Amino acid sequence: MDRPYLYPMTAPLPPQIEGWFSARGWSIHPHQREMLALADQPCQLLIAPTGGGKTMAGFLPTLVELADGEHDGLHTLYISPLKALAADIKRNLTAPIDEMGLPIRVEDRTGDTPSSRKKRQRADPPHILLTTPESLALLTSYEDAERTFKGLQRVIVDEIHALAESKRGDQLMLALSRLSALRPDLRRVGLSATVEDPDAVARILAKNPDPCAILKADPGPDPDIQMLTTEAPPPWSGGGGKYAMQAVLDQVKAHNTTLIFHNTRAQAELFFHHLWLANEDQIPIGIHHGALAREQRDRVEQAMVNGDLKAIVCTGSLDLGIDWGDVDLVIQVGAPKNVKRLVQRIGRANHRYNAPSKALIVPANRFEVIECVAALQAVREHTLDGETDHSGPLDVLCQHILIRACAGPFTADDLYAEVITTGAYADLPRTTFDRCLDFAATGGYALRAYDQWQRLIELDGIYRLRDPRATARIRMNIGTIVDADKMAVRLQKTRGGKPLGEVEEYFASMLRKGDTFLIGGEIVRYEGMREMTVEVTRTPYQKPKIATFMGTKFATSTQLSDRILTMFRQDDWPELPNHTRDWLKLQRDVSKLPERDRLLVETFPHDGREHLVAYGFAGRNAQQTLGLLLTQRMEEQGLNPMGFVSTDYATLIWGLDQVTEIAPLFSRENLLATMESWLADNAVMKRTFKGSAIIAGLVDRALPGGKRKSGRQATFSTDILYDTLRKYDPDHVMLEITRNEAMRGLVDFGRIEEMLMRIGDRIDHKALTRVTPLAAPLFLEPGRIPIQGLANERLLGEEAERLMEIAGLRMA
Amino acid sequence: MNERPFTFCGEALSALTSGALWWPNESTLVVSDLHLGKAERMARRGGPMLPPYEIEETLDRLIGDCDATGARRVICLGDSFDDLGAAQATARAVSERLAPAMAGREWTWIEGNHDPGPVDIGGNHLAELQIGPLTFRHIAGHAPMGEVSGHYHPKARIVARGRSITRPCFLVDDARLILPAYGTYTGGLYCDHPDLAKLMSAQAIAILLGNPPMHIPMPRGLPQDP
Repeated sequence: MDRPYLYPMTAPLPPQIEGWFSARGWSIHPHQREMLALADQPCQLLIAPTGGGKTMAGFLPTLVELADGEHDGLHTLYISPLKALAADIKRNLTAPIDEMGLPIRVEDRTGDTPSSRKKRQRADPPHILLTTPESLALLTSYEDAERTFKGLQRVIVDEIHALAESKRGDQLMLALSRLSALRPDLRRVGLSATVEDPDAVARILAKNPDPCAILKADPGPDPDIQMLTTEAPPPWSGGGGKYAMQAVLDQVKAHNTTLIFHNTRAQAELFFHHLWLANEDQIPIGIHHGALAREQRDRVEQAMVNGDLKAIVCTGSLDLGIDWGDVDLVIQVGAPKNVKRLVQRIGRANHRYNAPSKALIVPANRFEVIECVAALQAVREHTLDGETDHSGPLDVLCQHILIRACAGPFTADDLYAEVITTGAYADLPRTTFDRCLDFAATGGYALRAYDQWQRLIELDGIYRLRDPRATARIRMNIGTIVDADKMAVRLQKTRGGKPLGEVEEYFASMLRKGDTFLIGGEIVRYEGMREMTVEVTRTPYQKPKIATFMGTKFATSTQLSDRILTMFRQDDWPELPNHTRDWLKLQRDVSKLPERDRLLVETFPHDGREHLVAYGFAGRNAQQTLGLLLTQRMEEQGLNPMGFVSTDYATLIWGLDQVTEIAPLFSRENLLATMESWLADNAVMKRTFKGSAIIAGLVDRALPGGKRKSGRQATFSTDILYDTLRKYDPDHVMLEITRNEAMRGLVDFGRIEEMLMRIGDRIDHKALTRVTPLAAPLFLEPGRIPIQGLANERLLGEEAERLMEIAGLRMA
Repeated sequence: MNERPFTFCGEALSALTSGALWWPNESTLVVSDLHLGKAERMARRGGPMLPPYEIEETLDRLIGDCDATGARRVICLGDSFDDLGAAQATARAVSERLAPAMAGREWTWIEGNHDPGPVDIGGNHLAELQIGPLTFRHIAGHAPMGEVSGHYHPKARIVARGRSITRPCFLVDDARLILPAYGTYTGGLYCDHPDLAKLMSAQAIAILLGNPPMHIPMPRGLPQDP
């Protein structure tokens, strides 16, 4: 097909569109024009700051191509990582289309779309369909996919920088490989915020080996970012930034519209709660995060669009370029953890192109003050964090194979050829693909147990589902976000009433009677568990003891860690507020500050347990691995470790016995020796296995709300499957996937080695009598990993004896 | 051998770490709810294809208990197979693997709700079995005395020093004894579930599997806290 849509830089636009721009006295940005000129390229990547008219640049060629009303069926597919973004784009696109009087139908399709409309959309798709990666994967799984996508010309992937390094992105790109097979002329467009390495993003976006044109819009002036300094010092530990409430309110009053970002939902909820308590002037303020009900989110979004809100307290659910007009200040509460993310968030402010964005960072505790100062230095010096190399994960591929099978019969050769057009899978060896296919078809076991009951059967090279009814099950399991098992939270003695909300089972298992936490905007006290329900009572306390949600865990980049360690070397810190200066001095007095070429290890008792802190500054994942290796060795030495938690800077281990011999624990030989046995058998591997097993289709995703057979007699832990495979089929592909996932995601042994090289044998052990200033924040970290070792037997023994005594029972 | 001895209806019994019950005076080993062939059944029904190794894993544990105790008599308390289809599909593999252990032992398969009906495998097939003061059946009945059953897959959770630990467990009171599920691919029912809470008396004790197994008052409703 020759392409009629080539627009030279000076070519006139269709009159409706030209008229619309000129009626508003607007001219088209140079990069929007450039996108038009290159619209016939197979792949385009636009890098532009938020507010640069990025979305319009992406859609303009579509509007031009559809202006004559001759196109029949779906023309452009727009994919965003967020449901909210799809809704937002629909609003922002429908208005100009109506004003231009263009004959274009725009619809969105997400998990929230009613099923009747979804069904209709498959038979009669709109010209422009706005959707998410998961909804698209589902669309490609239908047998009528070919008809739905007939006529498709362009696909626009928005916020591709956010998808590029995630499994959602991998799933999306695999779905695009399917679409490109159905529509060989399909053109791909990626819209991205500023990134360090645009070529890497382009490789992921383009159909391999197609070239990808990269367009860079003017990045605009430097943002104006400062740390919000308050009279009251930030607390020693914890998150949330409650101390800065009044200062934040003052800022909100002084600006038109303010976005207040938090790193976790729990913090956002809590902050909102306190903001209202302090909000004597009744300033209209809303809250927006992913766990809120859809109606509530819609209301807030609408109020924001109408200009009814002075401020919104929000989380990552608003993180991705939602264009809500008159935002002139962004406040980031809590350390940004990553310079790139900070810059992208700040892009939210001030959508007037070419005016500097204004942002304030509110450190939530004193460590974050240091981190914020380091991050601001990095922003000033224009050093963004680099991208990591990304090769496609195999669990996502296994799911893709099943999705492909739902759509109809296929040959292995065709599917393999499709898959390797995906950038992240371009180097996938055929043998690896065949193993994944075999896994999807037969389970991939060394013992050929399921010849009779294969999921896919192969006949003359054609694979098809053995039982077509399996499609329902496969479709139900689509997606790469694996939610932890949830438990309902109820008020005690209100059986059958509406639950207050849900918490992760893992979180629930860490609660002690009397702990208070925040859920659904109120603070409750944990009373106990009953069947699969967490029972709570209302409590008059103002401050919850435990942060509820794991939230999204951001890892601080190497760059920030290095900057902080360098800062610690100074004799004094005039760039830091006094309270933080004093805190570091106090740490120096009672213990010492971590140094770049030494390892500081502190030990102290606290709350009936012994603790050890290792300040490795190796990044969260490597610190996590260090925690696993150390606890394994401690277990072997009979020190009864019970668990650990890691941050980007340190690992905190707690257990029943005190550790006195520190140096041997950290010897490279010992750590390496522990590595192999450790890799096989620990909680992180089992958690990783569970996630991959769900994505790959080895087990079913838990149904929302636990709608399964009552009592769960039928379900059992994936840990059992992991142990069974290790024992009977150690070469099974799922174990390989788990190992690779863990190595890449959670293990990061490379940075431990780096750290060991750095510190050599220079270990400083400080045996102390209580928690140190620097260690205190670690006690509030989420993501604690329990060690299920001999400590359990000892605890069981102690507890069993106690319970029998209390009950006055004697063993018969 | 790690075990937890206890007395039930005047008989000296013992809970083994594996989840089996040992009755030394009668040289009898009792296991319940093996659910052999569960992986096969799920695959057959178009469900996930679980690692097909649970038969080996379960039977090897059982053979190990037979050897360790030197039991003369073995009773499988029902739901030995996940369903009749699984029984038919796996009977041969099971009897081949089990044959050496079955040889020279009195072996009884009690019927369960998953596997009602005889299976083409050696041993006696009975609805229930009486030995001395004890009655062996799959599901707990009404007004029993000395009843030993399975079916519920009981498990218990305790919280100690901030840690929650869940284990399969035996439940025992004056009248009845309920065994944990022995099969590898089996989940469990918390013993504060109304079905179990109704069944067991207020004095009931839960014996949690462990090394050795440990006994606690059967948890009801909220777990006790330190």
